[in-house]
Amino acid sequence: MTVLLLKSAQLADGSLFDIEITDQVITAMAPNLSASELTQQIDCSGLIVLPGFVDLHTHLREPGFEQSETVLTASRSAAAGGFTAVHAMANTSPVADTAGVVEQVQALGLAAGFVDVVPIGAVTVGLEGLRLAEIGAMANSKAKVRVFSDDGKCVFDPVLMRHALEYVKAFDGVVAQHAQEPRLTEGAQMHEGEVSANLGLTGWPAVAEEAIIARDVLLAEHVGSRLHICHLSTAGSVEIIRWAKARGVQVTAEVTPHHLLLTDELARTYDPVFKVNPPLRTQADVLALREALIDGTIDIIATDHAPHPTESKDCEWASAAFGMIGLETAASVAIDVLIKSEKSNWQRLTEVLSVNPAKIGRLTEQGQSIRVGSVANLVAIDPNASTVVGQTQSKSENNPFKGLELPGKVVHTIYRGYATLLNGKVAEAGRI
Amino acid sequence: MSQLRHLLSAGDLDRASAIAILDTAEEMSSVNHRDIKKLPTLRGKTIVNLFFEDSTRTRISFELAEKRLSADVINFSAKGSSVSKGESLKDTAQTLEAMGADAVVIRHWASGAANVLAHSGWINGSIINAGDGTHEHPTQALLDAFTMRKRIYGDDSKGRDLVGQKVMIVGDVLHSRVARSNVKLLATLGAEVHLVAPPTLLPVKLETWGVSVHFDLDTALRQVQPDSVMMLRVQAERMNAAFFPSEREYSRLWGFNSERLAMLKPHALLMHPGPMNRGLEITASAADSPNSTILEQVANGVSVRMAVLFHLLSGDKESK
Repeated sequence: MTVLLLKSAQLADGSLFDIEITDQVITAMAPNLSASELTQQIDCSGLIVLPGFVDLHTHLREPGFEQSETVLTASRSAAAGGFTAVHAMANTSPVADTAGVVEQVQALGLAAGFVDVVPIGAVTVGLEGLRLAEIGAMANSKAKVRVFSDDGKCVFDPVLMRHALEYVKAFDGVVAQHAQEPRLTEGAQMHEGEVSANLGLTGWPAVAEEAIIARDVLLAEHVGSRLHICHLSTAGSVEIIRWAKARGVQVTAEVTPHHLLLTDELARTYDPVFKVNPPLRTQADVLALREALIDGTIDIIATDHAPHPTESKDCEWASAAFGMIGLETAASVAIDVLIKSEKSNWQRLTEVLSVNPAKIGRLTEQGQSIRVGSVANLVAIDPNASTVVGQTQSKSENNPFKGLELPGKVVHTIYRGYATLLNGKVAEAGRI
Repeated sequence: MSQLRHLLSAGDLDRASAIAILDTAEEMSSVNHRDIKKLPTLRGKTIVNLFFEDSTRTRISFELAEKRLSADVINFSAKGSSVSKGESLKDTAQTLEAMGADAVVIRHWASGAANVLAHSGWINGSIINAGDGTHEHPTQALLDAFTMRKRIYGDDSKGRDLVGQKVMIVGDVLHSRVARSNVKLLATLGAEVHLVAPPTLLPVKLETWGVSVHFDLDTALRQVQPDSVMMLRVQAERMNAAFFPSEREYSRLWGFNSERLAMLKPHALLMHPGPMNRGLEITASAADSPNSTILEQVANGVSVRMAVLFHLLSGDKESK
């Protein structure tokens, strides 16, 4: 039996508690708890303690692309960022489109022991968009898959999308759509606008995202299914989601940290570290996304952590891979948008980084409120510190935030009663 | 003028540097009319022509310019394989650096390739953009400006800009590096720029370009009365991609023919960067008319490229 005592933890509502954790579970909370001699004390004075973060959208690259990232290195990066659960997208090799692969990914996560690694199942076989993958087998496997996505590719065929939305209802699942009209984005390199016109890079128009979202919210309404929209990137997409929610469509939406902070102006450097899909948009889009996160139109922040090896980014723009890493900077970007702006609060930050993603993914032991009996998944943040983005736990360094000074610092991460991050240092080994 | 290290974009040039290059090109042009067409200026300098895309015209123009300045010239044709396009640019650049290239003239299918080469740290020499994807082709814009100035002012060209000149660029602006560089340089030199194209072949957000946009060529020619008309090449791959219904319709609406030639002012220039699709964007009768500057552009290309190399490579040595 191990006992942890978090001293002087300030919760999202401002209340101060000592939190006692026995094994995996919060066993006592009071303004002042005394420790026995066997107890490990963790000083949380001056820190805000929140439910551990849950990422609905990461690429862990294992199996198949271990030169970019492994489940272990990504898990350590997640712990450093305050996460206690990450969902792993299906575009591995082999693709996570069978019970065997999703169980393997889950097992790798358990072996690493830094976060719950929750596999996402492919919607279609091989992400090819032709026929449904074995959704039922994945849902009923040990991995209990509830989120299905062809992320990286759009489920474009409207009939297939309709059937996927209908079919996942049998398992209380959700389809997470990567909204990208393929014909409108052939050869696309960056946001289509003033900057792309100037740089001579093929444009990725906002309408290619918005057209698919519009279609899919109508489909979800028609068949009464849950729909999740990955990485919203445009002001127009926000309007469509707002409209759909007002109509009562069961749709949720995510935004990435990079779309909340960075714009297409960065492409002027032709530095492929800023190449991502969907692309960085304009300042007007960034402002609309920030407002939508504050007002609840957008439900969650998800990182779309997408590691790539150096050679995939050390080249001309058109040859470079799409994607950027983001697990260790997500909390800071959320603090920038919600807290530093003085437009929202820590409760909202908890919703968008923990409670809501856990709900969408149907994770019962994540995103729980901090009280006796809850599983001890916690993160402690220093709201007054700031971080100059530099070294990462990830195996890859395609970090668009590098060199930026961002607010807040994740100090401790407690994953199922085990300190994966203590005083800013990632634990040597994971939880057994 | 300020010391230029690279020429990546026509936007790198302010009015003074652009005019200085054009004036130097006047000097170079006189060299090109001598019996011995050679200057010792770049003796001992190594210049690599690094071509990732076929372009015989641009390559031989640069090669001739380099040889007339007595540089050691290496032609490196590196058509990237689709598997390792990215690696090949970096590896090639580092190889050239190891061999001690003083300048690299790069033509690449990827927009921004010249910028990446200049700012990657892979190579220390000067980088000259000889056309990068659908981005820019700054020496083409310089030779076009030189050609206009020469036709208008003749021997009195030196020191002149293009204020008061109305230039009309017609055709596939969306995919044209020639158009992008020309729009920037013409603005720097004070010309008034008009773009004429089918709406499918214009980039979005053109309102920030400081140009007038027209869809109807005949109306535009009548209203604007341009001093120069620059026809852009229609690439073969656009014809099957639904940018316009047919070659015949394109030619009828946006091609330059003898009827449109008759609408021009008597001494107006008809320009084309080459290679032409005769019968598509320009008819033979128009291309071979006295208004046409097409062969002058080719000849001026050598002088202008000599001038660019001179300005980048013969300046102070401290940057090396």
